[in-house]
Amino acid sequence: MITNENKKLAQWAMDFALKNGCQDARVSLYSGSNSSLEVRNMKIDRLQQATECSLVIQLYVDGRFGSFSTNRIDRKELESFIKNGVDSTRYLAEDTARTLPDASLYYKGGQPDLELYDPKAENVNPDDKVSLAMGTCEEIMGKDERIISAEASYSDDTEFKYMITSNGFEGESSASSFSLVSSVSIKGDGEARPSSYWYDSALFYDTLIKKGLGTKALERVIRKLGQKKVASGKYTMIVDNMNSARLLSPIMGALYGSAIQQKNSFLIDKLDQKIVSDKLFITDTPHIKRASGARYFDGEGVATKQMPVIEGGVLKTYFIDTYSANKMATPQTISGPSIINLQMGDKDTDGLIAATKKGILITGFNGGNSNSTTGDFSYGVEGFLIENGKLTQPISEMNITGNMLTLWSNLLEIGNDPRPSSSWKVPSLAFESVDFSGL
Amino acid sequence: MKFNRRDFIKTGGMVMIGSLAAPSFLGGCTGSAADKAAGISFAQNHFGVSEQDLKKVLAAALEKGGDYADLFFEHTYRNNIGLQDGAVNRAASNIDFGMGVRVLSGDQTGYAYVETITLDEMLKAARTAARIANAGKTTAAVNLTEIPVTNNYYTVQTAWDEIAVKEKMPYLQKLNDKVFALDKRVNKVSASLGDSTSHILFCNSEGQMYYDYRPMVTLSAVCIMEENGKIENSYAARSYRMGAEFLTDEVIETLAKEAIEKTSILFQAIKPKGGEMPVVMGAGGSGILLHEAIGHAFEADFNRKNTSIFADQLNKKICNENITVVDDGTIPFNRGSVNIDDEGIEGQKTYIVKDGVLTSYLHDRLSAKHYGIPSTGNGRRESFRMMPIPRMRATYMEAGNVTEEEMISTVKKGIYASNFTNGQVQIGAGDFTFFVKDGYLIENGKLTQPIKDINIIGNGPKALADITMVGNNYKMDNGTWTCGKDGQSCPVTCGMPSALVSKLTVGGES
Repeated sequence: MITNENKKLAQWAMDFALKNGCQDARVSLYSGSNSSLEVRNMKIDRLQQATECSLVIQLYVDGRFGSFSTNRIDRKELESFIKNGVDSTRYLAEDTARTLPDASLYYKGGQPDLELYDPKAENVNPDDKVSLAMGTCEEIMGKDERIISAEASYSDDTEFKYMITSNGFEGESSASSFSLVSSVSIKGDGEARPSSYWYDSALFYDTLIKKGLGTKALERVIRKLGQKKVASGKYTMIVDNMNSARLLSPIMGALYGSAIQQKNSFLIDKLDQKIVSDKLFITDTPHIKRASGARYFDGEGVATKQMPVIEGGVLKTYFIDTYSANKMATPQTISGPSIINLQMGDKDTDGLIAATKKGILITGFNGGNSNSTTGDFSYGVEGFLIENGKLTQPISEMNITGNMLTLWSNLLEIGNDPRPSSSWKVPSLAFESVDFSGL
Repeated sequence: MKFNRRDFIKTGGMVMIGSLAAPSFLGGCTGSAADKAAGISFAQNHFGVSEQDLKKVLAAALEKGGDYADLFFEHTYRNNIGLQDGAVNRAASNIDFGMGVRVLSGDQTGYAYVETITLDEMLKAARTAARIANAGKTTAAVNLTEIPVTNNYYTVQTAWDEIAVKEKMPYLQKLNDKVFALDKRVNKVSASLGDSTSHILFCNSEGQMYYDYRPMVTLSAVCIMEENGKIENSYAARSYRMGAEFLTDEVIETLAKEAIEKTSILFQAIKPKGGEMPVVMGAGGSGILLHEAIGHAFEADFNRKNTSIFADQLNKKICNENITVVDDGTIPFNRGSVNIDDEGIEGQKTYIVKDGVLTSYLHDRLSAKHYGIPSTGNGRRESFRMMPIPRMRATYMEAGNVTEEEMISTVKKGIYASNFTNGQVQIGAGDFTFFVKDGYLIENGKLTQPIKDINIIGNGPKALADITMVGNNYKMDNGTWTCGKDGQSCPVTCGMPSALVSKLTVGGES
C-alpha cells in the first residue's frame, strides 16, 4: 500500500533533488509483498514470504540524465544518494533529447478505477494456500505408475506504485496477482523423464481456477510420450495459445522508438505500409477493467489510449517515448503497448487442427532467437504432427527457421482462444509454408 | 521491483546479456576502499548487527524444530554508464540491501527476507521461515566462528568506488571511436560499462560465519553496420570479477575488433539448409553446449528429485574417454568464481565428467545431505531475496589432442559454429538448444560459406556420446553469460576446446 508517508517521502526526494542542482526530476516509489508455497509429492517443499519497498529517482541536470534506485528508504541516506547522483550526472555528455514529457500529454486523473487490486491478496488464509497446492498435487498422485514427481505451487503478490514529476504529474496504481501452477515429471523412453505443466493466474483470488490444473498437466505430459523428429520440410504450422505470443514478440519489439532510432529494427520507415498479411489486425486497448496490463499512464506518466497497431497488415503506429521522439523529431505516441488484442477468427486450437490436412502443431518452444535488424529467426520446437485434421505423432528436437515478415505474411488463420489472464491476448495461430528442420 | 515468481517449467538456460538491453546502474554510497580487506567485524558493523543479534535470529529460525538455518546479508551497489550516438550520455545506479533467513527441515525449505535490518524485523523473518518445520525439538545455541577466506580468487587492486564516472567515461568513448574507425559501414554503436560490488555476511546454525567482498565488471559494445541498405548487428562483451584495473586500452582494442569482425561477417552469411548433420563447435563460447546439454541436468536438485535425464548415470560411462568436463569456482577473476558459495561452502573445482565417466553432480547443502556426501560448493543465489540452489560456475571441457583443422577435414558436409547468443534445455527430456549467431558451412573438409542466425537442437546424453573428437585448443569464454533457473539469474562462464559432434539438428531452409 502507498501510504501518505510514502507520498511525502517521494515529494521530499524530488524537492531535495531540485534544490541540489536538478532542473527536473521524476520520482517513483514501489512497494509490494509476495508469498509462495510449493508442494512436491504431497509434502510442503518451500515456503517463502516477504515485503519490499524501493525508490527510483530520475535526474535531469544541466541537459544531462541519470537514473538512480535504492531500497534504502531513509532520508539521511537518500540525501547523499541523491547528491552523488547529481554529481555523477553532471559529468556526462549533454543530451538535449533527455526531457520530461510535455505536461499536456500526462494522464490527468478522473477516470474510474481499473480494478486491478484484490485486497484479499494480503490475507489469504495460509491453510487455504496449502490446501489449494495440495489439492492440485493430489490430482496427479497415483494416477499413473510412470509418475516420478508431482509438484504444485500457489503464489500471490501485490504491487503498488506512486510516481510524481517536477512538471506536474502525479499518479498511482495498485495491482494484485494470484497463481496456481502444477507440474509433473514421468518416466519416458530410456533415461528420459519428460515433464509438463499447466497453470492459471488471475488478478482476483475468486476468479483463479482452483481445480483441474494437476489433471491437465498430467494429460499434457502423457500425450508427449513417444516424441520423435519427423522429416525436414515445409509444413503448415499451428501454434497453440500458450506459445503464439512468442511469435508476435519480435514484431512488437521492432516497433519501439529506441529500436528505430538505433537502427536496431527490421521495421524502419514502414508506417502506413503493408508489412504482413491483411488478415492481421492488432489493437492496443489499455483501459479494460480487471484485465492484466490495464493502465491509464505509461512509465513516463503519458496518458494511454486505445490505438490500432496493425490494421489489415498495414503498420499504424510505432511506440515512441519522449526521448525517441526528441531524438528523431517525430511525434510521441506511447512508450509501449498495454493490452494487445488481435481480431479473432472462429476456431480454437482443435478447430484449426481439424482444418489442417498436413502440418505441425507447436505446443512448446525450446530456445532460439530472432535477429532484431533483419527479422530472421530460428527456434527449437516440440508438438505434434497433424495428418488429415488429427494429431498423429508427438514430435520434438526440431527447429523452425524463417523471417518474421514472411511468416506473418503467410498467416493462414487466427484462432479465437487467447488465454484470459494474459495481457497479450494472442489466440492460436495458423501459418502456411514454414520451414521445419528435423530428420 | 522484483518478485520471486518461480518459473515452473523445468528448463534452464543462459544468455549473453551484452547482446540484449544492458541493465543500468551507477555511482555513490559505499564503504571505504579498506573494506575489501576487512572481515567479520567490518561486516557486522556495516550491516549494524552484533554477534548476539545473529545468535538470537538463528535461534528464532530454529524454534519450530528446523534442522538448519542460515542468514545471508547483502549490500550491493551497481553502476552503469552507457554510450549512444557517440556520447556517454546515460548513467544509472542501484543500491540493494537486505538479509534473507533460510530454514531447512529435512528436504523442506522455509525462506523470508527483509530490507530493513533491525533485530525486530530479522526475528519476524526468522519466525516466518521457521514455519516450515514442525518438529517440536529444541536446538542448542551456537557459537559463531569466522571461516577466513583463504583463497581469494578476486583480489581487487582498485575498488570501483575509488574511481569516478569521469574516469570511466573515456574508455567507452575510446571503444566507440575505435569501432567507428575500423569500418566505414558502422552506423551505430551502443556501449555500456557496468560494475558492481557486493558485501556479503553469512552465518549459520553450524556456527560458521564468513565475509566476502565480490566485485564484478561487464563491458559490452553492440555494433550496427549498414551495407547497401542491409542492416546487421552483433556485439562483443567481457566480464570478470575484477576492480577498475580491468579498464585498459588492450581490452578496448580487443572488443572493438571483435565487434567489427562479428558484425561484418554477417553481410556474407546465409541461412544453411537445415537437418541432421555433423557440427564442429569452435573453441570458447561453444562451452554453451556443456552448460545446456549436461550442466543443468547435472545440478543435483534435479537428480535428488529423480527428474533429470542423468539421474541414474552417476559413475557410469556416458561419453568418449577423451572427454573431461569441469565446473570450477576457483579460476582467478572469472565471472563464475566463488571464494565461498552462498551457503558457506568453500569454492572448489569439481570434475563432473572424468575420462568419459559421470563422476559428480553439482551439489548444494540439501542435495549433498540427500546423497550423504560433502557439498561441491555450488549453492548460489541471485540475491538475499532468493534461497540458494545448485548452480554452475565456470563450466568447461579440458583440451584433447586433435587440431581443429584435422577435425574439420573429417567432415564432408556440416556446420562450424563460432559465436552464440543464448541456449536452453529441458532437464528431464534432455532436449537442449543453442543459437548460433555466426559460423560457417563445412564442405568437403573445408570451411566455406559463412552462416548466421540458426538454432541448433539436440538431446543431452546423445549429443555428449556423439562427441567424437576433442581439440587441443581449449579456450575460456569471458563473455557476459548469465544463467537463468527457477527465476534466479546467476553469473557464469563456459569454455571448450573445438569439438566434433557427429550429429545435431541444424535449423535452416528446406
